[in-house]
Amino acid sequence: MSILVDKNTRVLTQGITGATGQIHTRACKQYGTQMVGGVVPGKGGSDFEGIPIFDTVEQARKATGANATVIYVPPPFAADAILEAVAAGIELIVCITEGVPVLDMVKVKRYLRGTKSRLIGPNCPGVITPGACKIGIMPGYIHQPGDIGVVSRSGTLTYEAVYQLTQLGFGQSTCVGIGGDPIIGTGFIDVLSLFNEDPGTRAVIMIGEIGGTAEEDAAEFIKQYFKKPVVAFIAGQTAPKGRRMGHAGAIISGGRGTAADKIAALRRAGIHVAMSPAELGMTMKQTLDGASA
Amino acid sequence: MNIHEFQAKQILARFGVPVPKGQPATSAAETAAAFSALNTPRAVVKAQIHAGGRGKAGGVKLVSNAAEASEFADKLLGKPLVTHQTGPQGRIVRRVYVEQASEVARELYLGMVVDRKAECVAVIASTEGGMEIEEVAASAPEKILTELIDPVIGVGAFQGRKLAFALGLRDKQVGQFVALLTALYHAFTETDASLIEINPLVLTKDGNLLCLDAKMSFDDNGLFRHPEIRELRDPNEEDPAETEAAKHDLSYVHLDGNIGCMVNGAGLAMATMDIVKHYGAEPANFLDVGGGANSQKVAAAFRILLSDERVRAVLINIFGGIMLCDVLAQGVVDAAREVQLRVPLVVRMEGTNVEKGKQILKDSGIKVITASDMADAARRVVEAIGASPSA
Repeated sequence: MSILVDKNTRVLTQGITGATGQIHTRACKQYGTQMVGGVVPGKGGSDFEGIPIFDTVEQARKATGANATVIYVPPPFAADAILEAVAAGIELIVCITEGVPVLDMVKVKRYLRGTKSRLIGPNCPGVITPGACKIGIMPGYIHQPGDIGVVSRSGTLTYEAVYQLTQLGFGQSTCVGIGGDPIIGTGFIDVLSLFNEDPGTRAVIMIGEIGGTAEEDAAEFIKQYFKKPVVAFIAGQTAPKGRRMGHAGAIISGGRGTAADKIAALRRAGIHVAMSPAELGMTMKQTLDGASA
Repeated sequence: MNIHEFQAKQILARFGVPVPKGQPATSAAETAAAFSALNTPRAVVKAQIHAGGRGKAGGVKLVSNAAEASEFADKLLGKPLVTHQTGPQGRIVRRVYVEQASEVARELYLGMVVDRKAECVAVIASTEGGMEIEEVAASAPEKILTELIDPVIGVGAFQGRKLAFALGLRDKQVGQFVALLTALYHAFTETDASLIEINPLVLTKDGNLLCLDAKMSFDDNGLFRHPEIRELRDPNEEDPAETEAAKHDLSYVHLDGNIGCMVNGAGLAMATMDIVKHYGAEPANFLDVGGGANSQKVAAAFRILLSDERVRAVLINIFGGIMLCDVLAQGVVDAAREVQLRVPLVVRMEGTNVEKGKQILKDSGIKVITASDMADAARRVVEAIGASPSA
């Protein structure tokens, strides 16, 4: 079992002919994902390595029955690409693009209200259910099917966590990169709610970072509603105040959003927080060993 | 990206936000001329640096003639001004702003930010003008008023009235406030601002609203739409290494430690800094080379790292997903040869083409300490500076 994506997910690529779109569409197809179509305005009727290309998302959806899309288009056009996918009724929209203006995301979030679409990202690695469906840019081979859910604001740090899990023999149910921007489509609580109801997920690793209060809110949610063990790590314990650390959302402003505050909130909620990123996998092992003992 | 007060006021004036008349000056003579040009009995001369607390630090003065104006400018220009936001070394004042003085009856606070939780622009207002809003939030949270702006509707006049009445404004000031707030919101959204702070917004003795100070910051991701705002970047206010990094599309933040770090991905880069600290040393920087880095970019990153004299060892931590380990390794080898590496180098690589990458490092003849995982890498880099790992 898994959340969000499985072997039946039918995926479009918006921006399939760009360099990034090409590389990752190929890699996802090789992984076994059903890549059923591409969208490039003006290139409808052609194809990318046998995958048909359409002018609009609506046409692509009608012709292929796609229920998911992944967006690689450059930042100036990313918000519009998301809106197009929402308007076409695509259920799962994964936006990989980094550098989308935050005010564009304000409008996108307003437009998403009341629709059936779910947006993951932007500025994220994507979603993978190991062995079944990979949507995004994560290296597939480090994953292994299993029952640990992973949710993270980071990209490569998620790979690090997944790699440690796999090395210790813990496979993953689904790994969701929610993105490093201040305004994102799907947050920790949304993903945790899905993991909570997924019988295929036994425990969850949650990777947060400085900035905002999403981790504190998630801690409160976990304390009240979450039924499974959670292991967490917060990146940016050594980050200075007021400086943006790469991700647009990773900034301590007005003294709020520090790693120390987040770690304290998570601990108060009974979550096992790893102090070193090298101990994520081991902390999960100890937590599960402890739970079964 | 931040800009100076006088630049913010120029932008706000374009959108119809009321600001005092003023003129920037870069010398004592220009300051005197600016005073005369304003044709005003009294003016305020204000140091222009990217930091708050200028008034308390002696960077702002009321003057009543050109001689006084130029004398004060002479005292400020070319010298560091130390405020509670600059750090002990202060910031060099390169420009002053000469502005018509106002008769102030009341000081208010008005701010606008992107509210992450509400996922829209939020207006923050308070009767406690002139104080830092964080202090007000801590000492008297009930004095902070917030209104969320619907991106479809924009500022509702009712929202402006609600705030105006709560701020104790009356009669024509209420309409003035609604107009000011609407103009401010246009300025915010049409420049991709991330913050506008008017502190204080004043009510003058003749009953008008005026923005006495203005601070604006912009969303870096939105700057592609605003080349004219990008032009306002002041390299003097930024760390030269950070400016250089930005040219190569690298994300770099200078810190105080001595372990140089090069990592791909922001989260992993922060985690790498954390693990260095965890093992008892201090990171010299945050540096994210990004996902799609090529060998030139890696070489540029390497040069920037090593330009910091305090760096005593370098830790490279790469989890290659999109980035290929062999590409990274070639970049490191090229750069190490070019800059004649003088400090120990610890490399931890994992991911796509890792074996090829390790082979390139091995064949290069450059002395590289290879690490098996993150913890091992952190231990080794701490040992490399002659310290003993603490965890």
